[in-house]
Amino acid sequence: MINGIKKIARSQLLVPIIALLALIIFNLFRDINFFTISLITNNEGNQVLSGNIISILTGASELAILAIGMTLVTAAARGQDISVGAAAAIAGSVFVNILRSTQITPGVIIGAFVACCLVAILFGMFNGTLVAIFKIQPMIASLILFTSGRSVAYWINGGASPTVESPLISHLGSFIPGIPIPTPVLVVIVFCIIVALILRFTNLGLYTQSVGINERSARLNGINSVWIKMLTFMFLGVCCAIAGVIAVSRIGLINHETILLDIEMDAILAVAIGGNSLGGGKFSLIGSLMGAYIIQALTITLYAMQVPSTDVKAYKAIVIIAIVVLGSPIVKRYAAQLRDKLAKKPMKVTENY
Amino acid sequence: MKNDIVLSMRGICKAFPGVRALQNVDFTLCKGEIHALMGENGAGKSTLIKVLTGVHPKDSGQISLAGEEVSIKSPSEAQSLGISTVYQEITLCPNLSVAENMFIGRGNYRLVKWRTIEKKTTEILSKLNIPARAAQQLGSCSLAVQQMVAVARAVDMDCKVLILDEPTSSLDEHEVEMLFALMRDLKSRGVGIIFITHFLEQVYEVCDKITVLRNGEFIGEYEIKDLPRIQLISKMMGKELDDISALEKKDTERVKDAEPVVYEAEGLSSSYAPHTFNFEVHKGEVNGFTGLLGSGRSESVRAIFGADKPSTGMIKINGKKVKIAKPRDAMKHGIGYLPEDRKEDGIVADLSVRENIILALQVMQGFFKPFSKAEAEAFADEYIKLLGIKTASTDTPISSLSGGNQQKVILARWLLTNPQYLILDEPTRGIDVGTKVEIQKLVLKLAEEGVSVTFISSEIEEMLRTCSRLIVMRDRKIVGELKGEEMTQAKIMHTIAGEVKSND
Ligand SMILES: Nc1ncnc2c1ncn2[C@@H]1O[C@H](COP(=O)(O)OP(=O)(O)OP(=O)(O)O)[C@@H](O)[C@H]1O
Ligand SMILES: [Mg+2]
Repeated sequence: MINGIKKIARSQLLVPIIALLALIIFNLFRDINFFTISLITNNEGNQVLSGNIISILTGASELAILAIGMTLVTAAARGQDISVGAAAAIAGSVFVNILRSTQITPGVIIGAFVACCLVAILFGMFNGTLVAIFKIQPMIASLILFTSGRSVAYWINGGASPTVESPLISHLGSFIPGIPIPTPVLVVIVFCIIVALILRFTNLGLYTQSVGINERSARLNGINSVWIKMLTFMFLGVCCAIAGVIAVSRIGLINHETILLDIEMDAILAVAIGGNSLGGGKFSLIGSLMGAYIIQALTITLYAMQVPSTDVKAYKAIVIIAIVVLGSPIVKRYAAQLRDKLAKKPMKVTENY
Repeated sequence: MKNDIVLSMRGICKAFPGVRALQNVDFTLCKGEIHALMGENGAGKSTLIKVLTGVHPKDSGQISLAGEEVSIKSPSEAQSLGISTVYQEITLCPNLSVAENMFIGRGNYRLVKWRTIEKKTTEILSKLNIPARAAQQLGSCSLAVQQMVAVARAVDMDCKVLILDEPTSSLDEHEVEMLFALMRDLKSRGVGIIFITHFLEQVYEVCDKITVLRNGEFIGEYEIKDLPRIQLISKMMGKELDDISALEKKDTERVKDAEPVVYEAEGLSSSYAPHTFNFEVHKGEVNGFTGLLGSGRSESVRAIFGADKPSTGMIKINGKKVKIAKPRDAMKHGIGYLPEDRKEDGIVADLSVRENIILALQVMQGFFKPFSKAEAEAFADEYIKLLGIKTASTDTPISSLSGGNQQKVILARWLLTNPQYLILDEPTRGIDVGTKVEIQKLVLKLAEEGVSVTFISSEIEEMLRTCSRLIVMRDRKIVGELKGEEMTQAKIMHTIAGEVKSND
């Protein structure tokens, strides 16, 4: 038990855990009922879960998925992809426009999803090629798609904000009848399980970390670093597609200008809050996941405190800076020294007597 | 006498999670003395230096400079107090120029004139005979030149104490002589020098005193004349050195020309090894590439392994024609390669000792077949025991191991792949005397089991002891081949110098 605590104290998850606890405690003091979950009947007549926790979990779905993809890209490519919002907008547009062209059945939805995955993978390969083969900084490479992606979405949509009206889609965006858990949350759970299985049954983790830490020695050990970087970008592409589909399904339409706006910054932040180095190398997906939920919890807390939506970003920035500074190596070293000092104090006292 | 002491450390203790790196260590340095700090890999030498210069905070103990107690919190503070340090792992920036590296972070924040810096650098470089240009990117220099630049950077400042942590590990004889001349010069000017090395001859050549550490404990301080080599070794190891007479060679027996050819290259070249060469390796043979630094020995073996993409050449493995364009191809054909530059090409710093050991075998096994934790653990344990790697656990990140132990981990990585042909470029760099012998023995044992080995070392004695055939290189060309009886130090030097003309 004590060993377990010591392990956490030294791990990179310490700061996100503290941040999450602080948010929880703060909210409990503010409003003892903040975390109450209740079963209500929604306007479609289904029994569904409701409450702030549920809104946090649901609201963070796209962010959580993108944060996982971003973590892998960061680990291998030592940089971030800032085009994920734009890529998700393109994927969402493809999804909507395929659905609009025919009768919507579950089969068609799956087909449309596969199609938009392929499109997003293609864009991932575009970024990946620039980064892995042409050795362009990831942020610069993805700047191209970042600036042009939403225009591409605009062309796909023919300038309008097309809608899809189908109960199936609204099930995807909110609740499946008979299941009280929001569908986006289920999607995240399934996605995480798949990622965990991939990491367990392949060497993706070892290879991406090796490439990110020391590309030269990774190559001398037979790892194809170009392919590994490409793979992480393609994987992030899939994440964009899933995020885009969730976002579209929530409201049943695609607006290329507003869909998942600024999410790339939140995804990068989630990676950083999770204690991962933005300089690549070792990573913790659990950390990034926690980062995503921390960001969302913060937003919901601020809204619950009646902070005007125009001010939310400023408050968010303050808290996030605090978290990131807490996790910085300088503070960590200082904390470790302090801990050592505290641990030694009693011994010195006994010596003196 | 008392005011002759420039530095004294008393009762220094330092522990890392799972390791007590220093336990009650004393160290005294006088003015104008060269003081060797000796000990096996992981004895705590580098840690003592890092505690002194404020890289690591000490747990307890006292440090005084010229009789005054000090508390040094950072390397820059140490520098401003007159302690210049060349750390074991080169800490320069490879993508800056040589001049920039010499002057960056020099404490005084006055605006620097670029011209002056370049001029000064050029002066220093020529004074120390370092073959580099001031404007050249440091990363493009050889490891030896980088090491010399690191030394030049440190000694250029007015210092009272100069610390050199294994500065000679990549240098050849000539460069070592130059460094020693410099050290003697500083010594005569009253600088106290701490010198760490695993080369005993170098200790007896320049040092005045020796302090020995073993397992983080202070063993003693000795005048150089009171401690002959044999005793020094037994003080360091805590036991007698294994008999190396077992290694004394029976040349003729070891020449393996009759054995089948395992690897054969015809007209091989790469952009770094521009002159095509032919090379063959017999089963169970230990051969070596020798030559001065920069003669192209490392570049040649890199071309063999595909570490640098070969531009021409035909390769046969066991008589069958194959293509080796990248390391992965070579690995598939049972070739292993321990690179010269441990930090840049060898270790994967933040990963654990276990992951570093299994890496190559894991890659060969395939992307979809990861070893279970238990399997990986078993592999790591086996080789940690076999090579005596000092580590707190298999989970420890490799970067927190001592330099010599990191080297052993990389060696373990390639032994684990069970290669049929193993290329070792400076496998004993930074390795202590006892383990050096162990590694030489291991190489000979591998050869007996039928593994072919190519061995490169800056120490000719080591090559003579292990190899049965030597390829001699000069100016990136193969200039001779020596076998069996012909292999003597004199003959090698002659061939390198080009004094022996072929009989045509
Ligand atoms: N940052 C660190 N974290 C944890 N353990 C460390 C760290 N640095 C050193 N150690 C441990 O302290 C011990 C002493 O290491 P040190 O580097 O001082 O050895 P050394 O005498 O310099 O050996 P070598 O000759 O191989 O360079 C080793 O067991 C090493 O694993
Ligand atoms: Mg050392």
